[in-house]
Amino acid sequence: MMARYHVTTTVNGDEVDFLCESDQTLLSVLRDELVMTGTKEGCGTGDCGACSVTVDGRLMCSCLVLGVEVDGKEVETIEGMADGEALHPLQQKFLEHAALQCGICTPGLLVASRALLERNPDPTETEIRYWLAGNLCRCTGYHKIVEAVADAAREMREV
Amino acid sequence: MRYEAPASLDAATRLLADAGGAARVLAGGTDLLIQMRADLVEPTVLVDVKNIAEMREIAEEGGRFRLGAAVTGMEIMEHEGFNAAWPGIVDGAKLIGSIQIRGGATRGGNLCNASPAADSVPALIAADAIARIIGPDGRRAAPVEDIATAPGRTSLAAGEIVVSFDLPEREPRSGDAYLRFTPRTEMDIAVVGVGVNLALDEAGMCVAARVALGAVAERALLVDEAAAALIGTRVDDAALAALSAAASAACRPIDDKRGTKEFRIEVAGVLAERAARIALERAEQG
Ligand SMILES: Cc1cc2nc3c(=O)[nH]c(=O)nc-3n(C[C@H](O)[C@H](O)[C@H](O)COP(=O)(O)OP(=O)(O)OC[C@H]3O[C@@H](n4cnc5c(N)ncnc54)[C@H](O)[C@@H]3O)c2cc1C
Ligand code: FES
Ligand code: FES
Repeated sequence: MMARYHVTTTVNGDEVDFLCESDQTLLSVLRDELVMTGTKEGCGTGDCGACSVTVDGRLMCSCLVLGVEVDGKEVETIEGMADGEALHPLQQKFLEHAALQCGICTPGLLVASRALLERNPDPTETEIRYWLAGNLCRCTGYHKIVEAVADAAREMREV
Repeated sequence: MRYEAPASLDAATRLLADAGGAARVLAGGTDLLIQMRADLVEPTVLVDVKNIAEMREIAEEGGRFRLGAAVTGMEIMEHEGFNAAWPGIVDGAKLIGSIQIRGGATRGGNLCNASPAADSVPALIAADAIARIIGPDGRRAAPVEDIATAPGRTSLAAGEIVVSFDLPEREPRSGDAYLRFTPRTEMDIAVVGVGVNLALDEAGMCVAARVALGAVAERALLVDEAAAALIGTRVDDAALAALSAAASAACRPIDDKRGTKEFRIEVAGVLAERAARIALERAEQG
């Protein structure tokens, strides 16, 4: 029998309470307890980045963080990216550049790209590729993703 | 399984002692959570050490750094003073996994997981880092090369925690470097890893050196013969050739899908030379 834990955290700016098992991952909490299914599960072992979120501003794989670990922390997921109906520039540019096909990798790539641009508003192509090395995409061949991130960065620098 | 996140070393040590061997320390979780999911380890208590201030900070006291065992890779990479003093340790931190993995992964976890290919370990050994340890019998200290003993095994007693790593004072004209060989540039496991740390005198003569090899034996190795090849030389081509030969000679690797024994032995020599050149360049600049 696993003990259930009561966790209080902030998700995309809103205070959230949940109950979870001690061994339940943050990924499972987001998807199964909070029904925020934007965050995807690919591998469950830290290799694919589909589950990327930020915890206190740090980009992490939510499959390698326990739900109990985020007590008192601030979690940001893909659901917090658009402002109502208005897409984030990264989301808009992913659409314009056709930087997605099946889309399973997209939430993770968007969250990871946003974390990059918050730190580095003008990344080189090499910097983009290294930063996104932990996000696998089986469909696009990455080129369009890198272009979309560079284009979004350009637009975000102008406003 | 019970989860605890104590704020003090005392509380953490007590929790571990009370659980009598069935508890595990949780740092970044990037090894442990995967092993738990695969049922390779089944702790009854998880002691999360990330709320313990002493383990989470990079402190500098009188020119000496103390690196908390639960400081993450990203935090190390962002610390300017530490980068300036110990770029080779930062090389190791930078190579681990992806940005996401480095957001969690710690030096304590990398060392205590005891993979012979752990990328943080050779540079820590080359730096002469001393692990500060706390356990049911109090505090002790041990050189980093004495912690991992074999894949998945350490010399830590039940309930012991690595708290931090003490680094020696950084002499002028000293530098370190870590290089690894992997088939891919990111997200791969070292086939060979080499850490080199050296110091020069005013005339450019090497007065101190330490060389450590990863992934070529059951644990990371401190190779005195390789260091001896550099000490008393100008780290010229002849010295580097001797270093290379000594590094290759110290290897006792396995064959696996990522490299044969012969390949690892040869690559260890080549990488030792390249890492020494980088360490030399850094020493000349610093
Ligand atoms: C996708 C991916 C890529 C990776 N790439 C690399 C790589 O390139 N190179 C590499 O070396 N590793 C790599 N790793 C492995 C892992 O990320 C590192 O070993 C990491 O440094 C482990 O640290 P952690 O804090 O996550 O440890 P945890 O998983 O929290 O702990 C690991 C082990 O050490 C014990 N432990 C942790 N801290 C302490 C302490 N202070 N005192 C005593 N015991 C302790 C734990 O109980 C556990 O047994 C990778 C992992 C993943 C998932
Ligand atoms: S699901 Fe977390 S990295 Fe793949
Ligand atoms: S769009 Fe299918 S995996 Fe990236």
